Amino acid sequence: MALRNIIGKRIGNGIGLVGRRSLSTSTSDVENRNAKSMNLYSAINQALHLALETDPRAFVFGEDVSFGGVFRCTTGLADRFGKARVFNTPLCEQGIVGFGIGLAAMGNRAIAEIQFADYIYPAFDQIVNEAAKFRYRSGNQFNCGGLTIRAPYGAVGHGGHYHSQSPEAFFCHVPGIKVVIPRSPRQAKGLLLSCIRDPNPVVFFEPKWLYRLAVEEVPEHDYMLPLSKAEVIRQGSDITLVGWGAQLSIMEQACIEAEKDGISCELIDLKTLIPWDKETVEASVRKTGRVLISHEAPVTGGFGAEISASIVERCFLRLEAPVARVCGLDTPFPLVFEPFYMPSKNKVLDAIKATVNY
Amino acid sequence: MATAFSTAKFSTQPFPLNPTSTTSHDSSIVFARPTSQFLGSTRKFRLTSSSKFNLSRRSKTVVAVSDVVKQKKSKSSPSLLITKEEGLDLYEDMVLGRAFEDMCAQMYYRGKMFGFVHLYNGQEAVSTGFIKLLKQQDSVVSTYRDHVHALSKGVPARAVMSELFGKTTGCCRGQGGSMHMFSREHNLLGGFAFIGEGIPVATGAAFTSKYKREVLKEADCDHVTLAFFGDGTCNNGQFFECLNMAALWKLPIVFVVENNLWAIGMSHLRATSDPHIYKKGPAFGMPGIHVDGMDVLKVREVAKEAIGRARRGEGPTLVECETYRFRGHSLADPDELRDPAEKARYAARDPITALKKYLIENSLASEAELKTIEKKIDEVVEDAVEFADESPVPSRSQLLENVFADPKGFGIGPDGRYRCEDPKFTEGTAHV
Repeated sequence: MALRNIIGKRIGNGIGLVGRRSLSTSTSDVENRNAKSMNLYSAINQALHLALETDPRAFVFGEDVSFGGVFRCTTGLADRFGKARVFNTPLCEQGIVGFGIGLAAMGNRAIAEIQFADYIYPAFDQIVNEAAKFRYRSGNQFNCGGLTIRAPYGAVGHGGHYHSQSPEAFFCHVPGIKVVIPRSPRQAKGLLLSCIRDPNPVVFFEPKWLYRLAVEEVPEHDYMLPLSKAEVIRQGSDITLVGWGAQLSIMEQACIEAEKDGISCELIDLKTLIPWDKETVEASVRKTGRVLISHEAPVTGGFGAEISASIVERCFLRLEAPVARVCGLDTPFPLVFEPFYMPSKNKVLDAIKATVNY
Repeated sequence: MATAFSTAKFSTQPFPLNPTSTTSHDSSIVFARPTSQFLGSTRKFRLTSSSKFNLSRRSKTVVAVSDVVKQKKSKSSPSLLITKEEGLDLYEDMVLGRAFEDMCAQMYYRGKMFGFVHLYNGQEAVSTGFIKLLKQQDSVVSTYRDHVHALSKGVPARAVMSELFGKTTGCCRGQGGSMHMFSREHNLLGGFAFIGEGIPVATGAAFTSKYKREVLKEADCDHVTLAFFGDGTCNNGQFFECLNMAALWKLPIVFVVENNLWAIGMSHLRATSDPHIYKKGPAFGMPGIHVDGMDVLKVREVAKEAIGRARRGEGPTLVECETYRFRGHSLADPDELRDPAEKARYAARDPITALKKYLIENSLASEAELKTIEKKIDEVVEDAVEFADESPVPSRSQLLENVFADPKGFGIGPDGRYRCEDPKFTEGTAHV
């Protein structure tokens, strides 16, 4: 079946790329001592081990976390730290997050796991109305900064409507919380530790496609990566590409292809979606004059719209072409049509060429 | 235990238990006595008598249920629960469910279907016991474990298999896949991937039926809605909200809990403060029943009463069926957490073998007749696979259809052609 070949190819490309190259070009963000090759869920697992080790008032809870979780991110935690600190909750997302807010308000570090980002919507009320506004409305008497919500998001090839959604845009509209999305194991470990230790509530989306596929050298020590700092992972001069999470590997492939046509692409990983690093992106756009944003979520109202509007505000006279957005279509996430829905390498490549030749 | 609604119209006769049941795991419809298997090793939950059930008109039939439990009963039992036709019908439905699910597993491992597939092996008695009592216009709302609910409700095996393969001939034109079986014709209001999401939908459907009868004066509208869901869902807010609404407005709905003791890897006993789910019914003012979900005849008896109540306009019922899934949560689940001894215990209570035994022992059917049914089902399932294989994959234009009601507002562009035929489609900028 033709469809399956496409799906297979996407997976194949994903493995090839992310496995062989580290996407990070910055030289010294993390020391490389004692680096070990591991995949995304192992890196997250290590981060959680470190978080619980270093803070006796840290808890990990969620559905099925006790045996390791459906993606194995929490393996070994219950055995090592005990059932009082790592425990399963009943199946009630609203309760899980609300309960986490309460824990955080009393000074604990609550690391809540939502099993799939698609299930986060019952908890949306608690996140938006309670977590985001807690410090504000109590006049800084209480805060739930210790709350970190982890959820696997994004397409996985066969997830269908309810195991593939990218809800980051909904949360980016809420002042008071931070949204962080890592692109690789090494980034994930550092970013997750920063999120857990950040004094604000954070929603941490993990690209589930990369849990097993992305393999990278990850240092074994405790390290943190700064939030709200975007990273230029590929230098270029003709067009700036902005993305996050699993989509970056697709964009990187498109950049390589575009290189063959003489287009030099600069690729930026936003890492933190709110508050996002406008300065880095602006500096890059001032250099190239063109920008393309790509994400899996539907194009209308996706976070790309915010980036586009901000860049146009700041760099209007410098722009040589309209801001391009290559995103998912405005439909519910499809099952059989996933390859057509997704912003694939070819779509990104077409958009790069159209923008450069504008 | 005096419940809050002792002043309500329920009969105060306690349901007759079967104190002489010799086989320990065949509990009859239990109110007060927990079976050791159900609670596993935790014996500290002691029940006092809980909900009362309105049996004044039906006690005769119900007593017969307890009698069925005694396996050593003589063959010429005075009141059999089913006729031969009904028995064969039930048997066929359960075998269809089992054969279909086994074929799904095969097809999945051969790569013909993909996605997250959740199989129903072992729980067939619940689906058959309840849904076979419904009319076409009655509605069923299910979960992600919905293939067998669809089959019992009457959706053809071909349509379900095609849907699983993602073909246009599937019941939802390949749009939903395993977890989203819908059928307007058979009033199947969906499989829901999200736990608990279907229960409010079922509540709304039940309200419609009551509205039609009482306000629109369609006097013969006695449609009932069944909502199926699992034990994990019973800890979710939506469940409680709907119990309240249904009891408040006396809706014609039956809430059927398929308690298979596990929510992926979380044991029901460790996730729930009071694991006896049926007790939550009386808390909201409706009867709560616990039944052995591995025995289709018992389920059917309880279902008759519950559905009858709903049809007569007496309000909702909560039925907890103690059942078990023989396979893992989904085909991707290695199923390492469950104790093999527990699995073996429930495998011995396989509902299909139990019914087969009953039919043969009570001379309702012969081995040969049952074999014929099994062969017929094998052919039906094979035919379904062939049909699904040969069916066409949906065209790309289907991707943009049905987002909104008006296809021109989205699926068809201003030039009258489908938007996906627009050359800009490959650029991924399908702005509308």
